[in-house]
Order: sequence, then structure tokens, then C-alpha cells
Amino acid sequence: MSEGNGNNPGNVTSKAHSPVPNEELGTSGKTGKIRVFRGDNGGGEMVEYELPLVEGMVVLDAILHVQAHEANDLAVRWNCKAAHCGSCSAEINGKPKLLCKTRVEEYDGGDINIHPLQAYPIIKDLVSDVSQNYAVSKSIKPFTSDEQAPFTMYEEDVERLYEPKKCIECFMCQDVCHVLRTHHKHEEFAGPRFFVRNQWLEMHPMDNQDRLLDIKEDNGIGYCNITKCCTEVCPVGIKITDNSIIPLKERVADEYYDPAKWLMRKIRGNRGSRNGAAASNGR
Amino acid sequence: MDSNGHTNGQRERYETREHDVLIVGAGGAGLRAAVAATEHGLSVGIVTKSLLGKAHTVMAEGGIAAAVANVDPEDSWRQHFVDTMNSGKFLNNWQMVETFTKEAPDRVYELEQWGALFNRTPEGKISQRPFGGHTYRRLCHVGDRTGLELIRTMQEKVLATDAKVYMETTITKLLKKDGRVVGALAYTRENGKFIHFKAKAVVMATGGWGRIFKVTSNSWEGTGDGVVLSYDAGAELLDMEMMQFHPTGMVWPPGVRGLLVTEGVRGEGGLLRNSEGKRYMENYDPKKMELSTRDVVARANYTEVQEGRGSEHGGVYLDITHLGYDGIMKKLPTMHEQFLKLADIDISKEPMEVFPTVHYTMGGVKIDPETAASTVPGLFAAGEVAGGLHGANRLGGNSLSDLLVFGRRAGEGAAAYIAESVHSADIDEKEVIAEIGRVLEPLEKKESGESPYLIQQELQEAMMEHANLMRDGDSLKEGLGKVLALKDRLPQISVPGSRLFNPGWHTAQDVRYLVQISEIIVRTALERTERRGAQWRLDYDGPDEELGKINFIVKKDEQNEVGIERREMPPMPQHLAELLGGDKVADMAGGEKRGPESQF
Repeated sequence: MSEGNGNNPGNVTSKAHSPVPNEELGTSGKTGKIRVFRGDNGGGEMVEYELPLVEGMVVLDAILHVQAHEANDLAVRWNCKAAHCGSCSAEINGKPKLLCKTRVEEYDGGDINIHPLQAYPIIKDLVSDVSQNYAVSKSIKPFTSDEQAPFTMYEEDVERLYEPKKCIECFMCQDVCHVLRTHHKHEEFAGPRFFVRNQWLEMHPMDNQDRLLDIKEDNGIGYCNITKCCTEVCPVGIKITDNSIIPLKERVADEYYDPAKWLMRKIRGNRGSRNGAAASNGR
Repeated sequence: MDSNGHTNGQRERYETREHDVLIVGAGGAGLRAAVAATEHGLSVGIVTKSLLGKAHTVMAEGGIAAAVANVDPEDSWRQHFVDTMNSGKFLNNWQMVETFTKEAPDRVYELEQWGALFNRTPEGKISQRPFGGHTYRRLCHVGDRTGLELIRTMQEKVLATDAKVYMETTITKLLKKDGRVVGALAYTRENGKFIHFKAKAVVMATGGWGRIFKVTSNSWEGTGDGVVLSYDAGAELLDMEMMQFHPTGMVWPPGVRGLLVTEGVRGEGGLLRNSEGKRYMENYDPKKMELSTRDVVARANYTEVQEGRGSEHGGVYLDITHLGYDGIMKKLPTMHEQFLKLADIDISKEPMEVFPTVHYTMGGVKIDPETAASTVPGLFAAGEVAGGLHGANRLGGNSLSDLLVFGRRAGEGAAAYIAESVHSADIDEKEVIAEIGRVLEPLEKKESGESPYLIQQELQEAMMEHANLMRDGDSLKEGLGKVLALKDRLPQISVPGSRLFNPGWHTAQDVRYLVQISEIIVRTALERTERRGAQWRLDYDGPDEELGKINFIVKKDEQNEVGIERREMPPMPQHLAELLGGDKVADMAGGEKRGPESQF
């Protein structure tokens, strides 16, 4: 790891300051290039920037270097720089990536072309308008319980909920989803992220809401043809298709496409009772 | 909404939006305040510099401290009180600590009621893990992503209310009338449009200011907007000299230097060793070892490296390999991923290299312990931007419960204030126009001037050099000279480009806050001539009994300069003093290195 690091970090001169100045470490003397989309919704161009390479640097480091030294107005979203917040999603060579988690070295000196997320309108440079996601989020019935916390829930009741709860809302699954990216069904289709959310809500043993009709009608789960593109890009490893979308599709099918239940609904005229979601997920 | 135009040479339009309560910041404190205010039927606007759900709360990893006593039945709010006061070296506002430790359990249960999911005990209760300085296992957690769970829960709770969220919007000034805060001016980052917010009360919940240092665990947002906006509006600040250095930040590779390594690693049994393989904490705090308080462990890690016992890249070793791959994936999966992806280190097989990183600001806006009201009518503050709860050193896990306890109180306080007071939020339009002019200056300069990025870098380097976790008077004075020189250069800042999502322009706003806060920190660090918690003066021997009775209160004086007042703390009531017993004397010695090689 330390190859190319010519100094001695243990060499401390003063007691009252940081032992290791940042830039003295890891500079390789080499330079690299990135190409960044510069423009807005009306169009733009790829602009090439050259910068000094530092060992272990991520693509976001490269962009922030360009921003500080060459293009102060280069727009990019980022916050935690630790892959916890999901702000810095963009596309590198056409694939959605977290800029803070993608190392320059991965491209081995090859091209690094950076675009904003393509499934949404571009605001400027690497920043897209992702507000649709917040509108969908607001429309989903929130967690609601008849029980009073503190709940008694056992690890085995809830362990399947940890996975969908890991979502950092980077919206890369949304970006890569054909229904949104290619077919622009933003009005009809909530997108993978929100099936992940619906999944834990529907599986939570203490939740008392029924969201199946919403998932079918408002969120348009039928549009998904399970190509698994979303699963492939999830930076926190949620198996979106297998663990979120398919189980929800099955429940919707059981509830709305089961002839016996269809008949019952016709007779009783209701939207369908709470299906097995809570009951089958109890202990 | 209505639009106003004006003519003063050029025409500059701005929108006007009205809310009962304007909340600045959408981390845990701001969102909890919003929920409280909407429960009173009030119109709430929430302004955030980022997208919703990206605030720094999301970075909290280890857990939320609350004496729910699920795993250690002996725990109580009283012991949580004692631990928090001890850690804060008794500079804490005892009334805030009492309120906080009593209410924290309810705030945790409330999160669960709203859908948050914590790891469970075998009895089906919320599980709790040990953490530095907590006598009992006290941190409710979900793996090492507790902050994500908290913010997502609060975000979804707020989206279910009528509160209006203004994402990627920046406040530049609080507006006052007749001594009261009655709104703020803001611009949207997306397109640079200005908004005049009229509000009956404003809740400041903007978080901390770690970005004044180069090596920090804070995101770009941690520029302390709220503390300077409040200071400019006339509010009192306290304990500004107290900056927390988290003992364990990443050191390698350089791009991730300062990134947080959760205290949960030590909570789960992580061992600190130096290059000689020695568990050196026995020289600093043999009783608590790795689970000592953050100030003590940070100084220990720093000292080991200073004295030549550091790791290859200038850190110390933190070893969690004994937990094994399965244990790590269950308890610390985020850390495993972070080191594997960013540093090519498999923490189940080899130790991490860590070094202190600027993490948290104990000081901030002085608030009323009951209502979270600042000293300016109409202005409330909660979370990291507020001061008083943590004293000279914050305990890990206390920040998340702080957000919820005082976030709620700020929302309630604002609602009560609005119910009691009737006043107009109309202000002289000229003030809005003048502020818009000031904010636009860096974009409208004809000739190129100073780069805001380079001023920020110079400032960060000066603060690293002169106001780090070991301080001395001469170095602080030199640092103050550098900070003031940078302050003089601020008017020359210019940035290229348009108002459309222009980070250079945004940085030009931020850097003003960073420089002002740095000046305040250095000046108060010069005043506190002792060693206490996070303030560690090498040119003074130990804690000073007299200084232990006072807080340094900062307020803008009549010449617009930093005014500093030594203010005596109120005496602790009997029922709380009894809880502390003999602890006070015993613990004050903590953090001094023992043994013959000590240089202190």
C-alpha cells in the first residue's frame, strides 16, 4: 500500500499540530485524466481535466480536486464521502456508481467518463433532479401500529427486515431501471427503491396497514419484468428483485389475481382484507 | 407564495414564503422539532442544504444512548447523568443533562413506534452495546448504521406531515424586528433564486463545524452556518473552545483520512496497540482501557504516534480480528465494507490503522434547558449547534439522543412561544435587498479575486497547526493572527460561473462562517488556561478549579467584535449533587499519562 510514499509519517516536529500533513502522503508524481459532463438540461459537452494522482483516491476526490483548482462551479452532489449517505451517485462509463466508493485505480489508466444519472432531468453537470423520488416517498403509507412501543419482537421476527432497511437512497436502482430510464414511466411506476421500502413495511410484524392495492395501482409493480438490473447496482447489496419485488408481486398476485379472492371481493365489495403480511410474519 | 420585485438599478426578484416555524437543518434535531411543531397544528418549513435524508445524522454509527436498562437492569437515568457529567468534566449544564437522561428512553421508544428497527435481545427487547465512558451497556443500535435508521425514520415521519421541505436551500441571514427573529433570507442551490422566509419562530438545527479542520469526519455541510447566523443575530454562545477529536479516524489512503471508524469497534471489544504490540491504554486509563472517554483515548493515540510508536502511516492499530468474519458482519458490517473497499484492508484478518479526527462540537448556541430557546426571542436551537449538554467532552451515543430530546423541546418551545406572543413578521424590504446584494457580490466581481476554496484550505491548515487537540498559548496566538489575516481577505473572494448550482458560490458563503467560528474558537481556547476534557493546554499543568466553575460566553459586542464573558455556572441542586458523590474528584485526574515516560 505504501509504495510511492517517500516521506516518514512518524517524523513529528511539533507537539501542537497534526503529526501527518495530508498532502505529503501518497502522491505518486503521476497524473491522470477524467472527463466530466459539463452542461445542463439544454445540453453540454464532455470536458477533460488532468490532475495529480494520489494513492487510493476515489473518483470523487478527483472531481473535488478539479472543483477546487480548475472549475469552481463544477456541480456535484456529495455529503459523507463514506458510502453511507448515497448523495454522490453518478454514471462512470455508463454505469451508475457512488463516486466516493469508486477508486480511480479500478480503471487502470483507462477512460473515466462521468455523467449525471440519466433517468432524471439534468440540473447541471453531475447533478440530476431526483425530486420524483421524494414525491413517491411521501405517497407511501407510513409505518403505523396499534401496539404501543416498546415492542416485543425477536431477532427471528425482524432479521429479514434489516436488508431493506440498509437502503441509502442513492437512487442508482432507479437510474438503471428500464421502466424509468428507457420508458419514462415516472408517473406510473414507483421504482425499485420504493418496493424495497414497501417490503419492510409490509413485513414488519407490528405494522397494521395494507399497501397491496397501492403497490399494484399507484406504484405500478406490474411494470417490473424482473431483469434484476437494480440488484446488480445496489451499493449496499440489497437483493432488490429477489427479496423485495418478487415477494410483493406474489402477494399482489395472490390478493388480486386469485379467482376465489376476486369473487369474494366482488361479493363483499371491499378493497381486500389485510392479507397474510402480518400474520405470516409473526413468530 | 407571492413574488416581489424591486428597482435599485437592477431588478432582483425574490419569493416570499410564510410559515409559523422555520426550521434550519434537516438532521435528527430539525426533523424532530418539525414533528413537534406540526403536532400543534403549525405551518412548518424545513430548509436543508442537501437532499432530505443526507444530513450528517446519517453518519452516526454506534448507537443511541438511553438508560432503558434492557441488558443491564442496574442502569438508570441517574447513572447516565453521572457518566455524562463525568465525561463533560462538569462543565455541562446539569439541568440539560437531567432532562436529557430522563427523556432519552422515551425518545428511543418513540422511534420504534415510528418504524425504526433496532437489534434485539433474546427477550425480544431493544439490544444495547457498551461504549466508552458509559458504566453500563447503554447504546441502542442496529449494527453500525444507527444514524441511517434514525434519519430515515424521522424523514418518513416528517413526509407524513404537512411540513414543507425546501431541499438544497441555504439560509444566509436571520431577519429581526423589534429584537425578535422573524424570518430569514435564503437562496436555492438549484437555480440561485432568493426566498424571504417570514416566520414567527426559527429553530436552528444546522449541526457542527468540523470543516474548519482539514482532517475531520464531517461532510462538506459541517460549516457551522447556524452558530454564526445565531451569533450575528445577537445570540449567546458557550463552550466554543470545546472541539471533540474522535480517537479513531481512518489514516490511509490519504483521500479517506479522517473518515470515522465507529467507537462501536471498541464497544465490541476492539483493542488498541502501538507499533510495539503493546496495549498502551493501560498507561492512560488502566481501569477503562479502550472504553475510556473519547478525549482520553484521542490523546493517548496522538501521544503514541508523537512518541514514535505509531503505525506505518502515522496511526495506531485497532484490532477487531478476534470477533471473526461472521461476528464482524453481524455487528460491524459497514466498517468491514468501508475498509475493504477504500483501504484494501480486511478487518477480520488484520488490524485497522487509526488516528484522531475532528468529529463534534460540544459548544454552540446557549439554550434554555426547558424550551431550547436561545437568548434572542424567536430563535431556538437544538442538536450539535446548541451547547451545554456535553460540557468539555461528549460521550459516544449521547448525540443521537440529544437530537431527539432537544429537537422535540425546540419544536415544543417554538410552539409555546408562538402561542404566547403576537407580532408581525414584516420587515423593511431594504434589508432583504441589501442582503441579496451582499450574497451576490462574489459572483458579480468583474476582476478575479481570492478563491474561496483556497481560503478554506489555508484556514483548515492553520486550525490543524494551531488549534488541534494539544494546544499552547503561543501557537494559538499565531493561529489567531492567521485567522484574522484570512478574515481580511474575505471581501476579495470572487467566483466564476452562474447562480445555477454553483458550488464555488456556495463555498464563498460557507467560508465566512468557517473563518468567524475559527476566530471564536481560538480566542476562547486562549482564555481557558487549563487542561479539561477536549481543551488541553500544554502550557498549563492540569485542571484549574476556578475555571471549572465557569463557562466562556461569547456574544457579538457593540463594535461587532467577539465579546467573551466568564460566567459562573449555577450551583447544582442537592438531589443531583448527591448522585455525583465522590466521583468528581476522582475523575478529574483522568487522561494524564502515567508512568516514567510521561511528558506532561
